[in-house]
Amino acid sequence: MENPKLNIVEAINLALKQEMERDPSVLIFGEDVGKDGGVFRVTDKLQAQFTEDRVFDSPLGESGIAGMAIGLAMYGFKPVVEVQFDGFYHQMLDQMLQHAARMRNRSRGRYTVPMVVRVPSGGGIKALEHHSESIETFVAHTPGLKVVYPSTPYDAKGLLLAAIRDPDPVIFMEPKRLYRAIKQEVPLEDYIVPIGVANVLQEGTDITVIAWGAMVREAQAAMENLKTNPTTAQYSVELIDLRTISPIDQATIFASVEKTGRLVIVQEAVKSFGPGAEIAALVAEKLLYSLKSPIHRVAAPDITVPYLQAEQWYLPNAQQIQNAITTVMAS
Amino acid sequence: MSDIFSQFDPLLGKRLQIMDENGVISADPAVSALRPPELTDELIKQAYEKMLFMKMADQKANNLQRTGRMGTYASIRGQEATQMGAGLVMKPEDWLLPAFRELGIMWLHGIPIENMYSYWMGNEMGSRPPENVNCVPISIVVGSQMLHAVGVGLGMKKKKEQKVAVAFFGDGATSEGDFHEAMNCAGVFKPNTILICQNNQWAISVPRSYQTASTTIAQKAIAYGVPGIQVDGNDLIGMYVAVKTARERAIRGEGITLIEAYTYRLGDHTTSDDAKKYRDPEEVELWKPRDPLIRLQKYLASKNLWTQETEDQLTAKYEKEIEAIVEKAQAIIYNPSDMFDYTYAVLPPQLQAQKEELLRNLPQI
Ligand SMILES: Cc1ncc(C[n+]2csc(CCOP(=O)(O)OP(=O)(O)O)c2C)c(N)n1
Ligand SMILES: [Mg+2]
Repeated sequence: MENPKLNIVEAINLALKQEMERDPSVLIFGEDVGKDGGVFRVTDKLQAQFTEDRVFDSPLGESGIAGMAIGLAMYGFKPVVEVQFDGFYHQMLDQMLQHAARMRNRSRGRYTVPMVVRVPSGGGIKALEHHSESIETFVAHTPGLKVVYPSTPYDAKGLLLAAIRDPDPVIFMEPKRLYRAIKQEVPLEDYIVPIGVANVLQEGTDITVIAWGAMVREAQAAMENLKTNPTTAQYSVELIDLRTISPIDQATIFASVEKTGRLVIVQEAVKSFGPGAEIAALVAEKLLYSLKSPIHRVAAPDITVPYLQAEQWYLPNAQQIQNAITTVMAS
Repeated sequence: MSDIFSQFDPLLGKRLQIMDENGVISADPAVSALRPPELTDELIKQAYEKMLFMKMADQKANNLQRTGRMGTYASIRGQEATQMGAGLVMKPEDWLLPAFRELGIMWLHGIPIENMYSYWMGNEMGSRPPENVNCVPISIVVGSQMLHAVGVGLGMKKKKEQKVAVAFFGDGATSEGDFHEAMNCAGVFKPNTILICQNNQWAISVPRSYQTASTTIAQKAIAYGVPGIQVDGNDLIGMYVAVKTARERAIRGEGITLIEAYTYRLGDHTTSDDAKKYRDPEEVELWKPRDPLIRLQKYLASKNLWTQETEDQLTAKYEKEIEAIVEKAQAIIYNPSDMFDYTYAVLPPQLQAQKEELLRNLPQI
């Protein structure tokens, strides 16, 4: 059969459907995921196929969703739960941090929590307050959790399958701005994109740009813009889609920065204390003397995500990335 | 002494309703006697006119969204009497802690409609209440504001003030843990608080029956040692009586009351939702005749206080007023530096630097 061209929503839906067919222990629940198919339609038609026994609406309580998933996971099921929006992850933070992330350690391996929390993430869709948050720092700062953040339909399917099959809890962040922005051929057959492996989207020798989630598209746009100017068109940029926030793919990052000697990190989240800071620290620890110029971070300012009128000013954009690349190349 | 809580014991399946859906006052003298003398026909007429205004302002918000001038909006359509009933009781010194489906009560409590429009248009200035208005900003995080109302009400009690804090929230919100902590703390501390659940039967696509196995939401109060009552939320008089009773109890120091306003969300969840996907249209048809405005029209008509002509005149007048409000809302400009300036009382130097850099690089607006 020919491989379909899918957007990210469809690719995730396909992964869920195929994994539920393959593995009867997979369950889906969360707010509005049943008949409604989720507010973004990611779980569309799954209840019809797998019945309410396996795909069901939960009462409106995120702590309850996470806590029940932990119990089910310890008891041999593979819950894939949905948080309706990034901002409401915080209602389940307690359960995830205190229990999902620690059960293996606390029980010295006797109990494990193989669950997935799907989190529509980030801004750019002109939504209400708490609907445009970047929570990767909160989750990545929790030992015991893995955090992945695909930016393409292909990776979305492969990473989700890897996440569901992973023996530990995985936070699966979905760039909601890109949900329907790109279509890509997605294999119908089974495949995984391994957790903890970044993707070098474009090879280059002058400068490394690292991004994840929706920022990958912004970085790509910046690279297109660079081509329009004869000087900057000379820059050989290596673009890395991080794909997994935690555990971070140090090998790929180090190999690239060792080669280029220059680094720009792009994160949608507020600047301070984010994954960008972690990457910069890793590079400083390991490769400080290979750097030809200071590391540069492009990130949101350290403020509350503003209401929608100001989103255009707040979100990191291609122009800022382009400027950062130019600055680093010039210094 | 019998009170409305035993008269309308939720565990016995009782619901307070004084005016039915045909606009007829209950024939039961024990029920009709609950209508207090100050709630005159003239006052009901004024209340109806305010409900008409809020219905139109609500419709306008939907239209603004549809024409791209507003972001997502959550309509109050069908829930006007719940909010009006509370609005008639609340005093300006009382505090309001709304969820997000409260255009009516927020307006009645003093938030200008243009502020609310500006809010839904995506400007934080719209959620800054005027100095003399005691209403905290809209709470998007479902279920999070009830505890705040318990805290504010506890403060009022500690200061021995004759005021109350009133939180509004939905049926879905009662599934959040914070609801239960609010109820529990309130049972223990007896704050000057009223919790009003607008049970509109749906939480996006999830029906009330999926939120809780309890027959009513009101009965949850009993386990926390506080009174709870289910009221026909589309009955203005019933709502008035319940909220007035709750306010008097609070001021006497007797603590909180949980009021379940049994109503219906006639529209979609928000402008981003399509209820046809999950809700049987027949259910909506069933509720249409129970519209809180229609029954008041019938009642007022029976008193010669309503005609189609007066309705048309009012509608025309309100339309003009609302147009002017839209212009005011659109005139509320977003100043980019505001994004930074309310993060802390004093902006730390590194944030000041970030602010300068961002403003310097902004494309000319
Ligand atoms: C903590 C949290 N979880 C999820 C959401 C997404 N959400 C917004 S409204 C809503 C349903 C609310 O239902 P209900 O409390 O009955 O209020 P209604 O919308 O019916 O007025 C949901 C799930 C949210 N805003 N906050
Ligand atoms: Mg509801």
